[in-house]
Amino acid sequence: MQFARVIGTLVATQKAEGLEGVKFLVVQPLDKHLQPEGEPQIAADGTAQAGPGELVFVIYSREAALALPEWFVPVDLAITGIVDEVDVV
Amino acid sequence: MYIGRVSGTVVATIKNELFEGRKLLVVDRLDLAGQPTAKYDIAVDMVQAGVGDRVLVLDEGNSARQIVDREPLGAIRAVIVGIVDEIEIGD
Repeated sequence: MQFARVIGTLVATQKAEGLEGVKFLVVQPLDKHLQPEGEPQIAADGTAQAGPGELVFVIYSREAALALPEWFVPVDLAITGIVDEVDVV
Repeated sequence: MYIGRVSGTVVATIKNELFEGRKLLVVDRLDLAGQPTAKYDIAVDMVQAGVGDRVLVLDEGNSARQIVDREPLGAIRAVIVGIVDEIEIGD
């Protein structure tokens, strides 16, 4: 998993089967010092509690599809936790 | 698997239930010379590793799910599975 900052929300009324009720957020991936790294991405919110401005950690690829209440829905990036505290040297 | 160095800790109250009661550590991926690369993972610790330790990291979902013996099996990938004592690379 890697750190990311939630920078926005996304709404899609018409979407693939399995994505009903899934909350999408725009996230900026971060390096370990919490500096932006790479392009913003769209993540499904596996915590259902994240919001803009929050520091989160995300999981990529197949495992993202396991981070939501319903498994194997079509997502490739999901938020798996909201960070309270980071201590990195 | 790759060799990494633990460089930090992460605390999160709201998280996937799979991570409840488990320690999450920031691990820098090392090159063969032992130097940190730009890559890192937030990994689940299974071996009581600490900051500064050189560790063996698994980064594949199916393997990770096999060693985390708790339901629900789910969104997990990077797991620290060993603390490296020694590594020797031939010519």
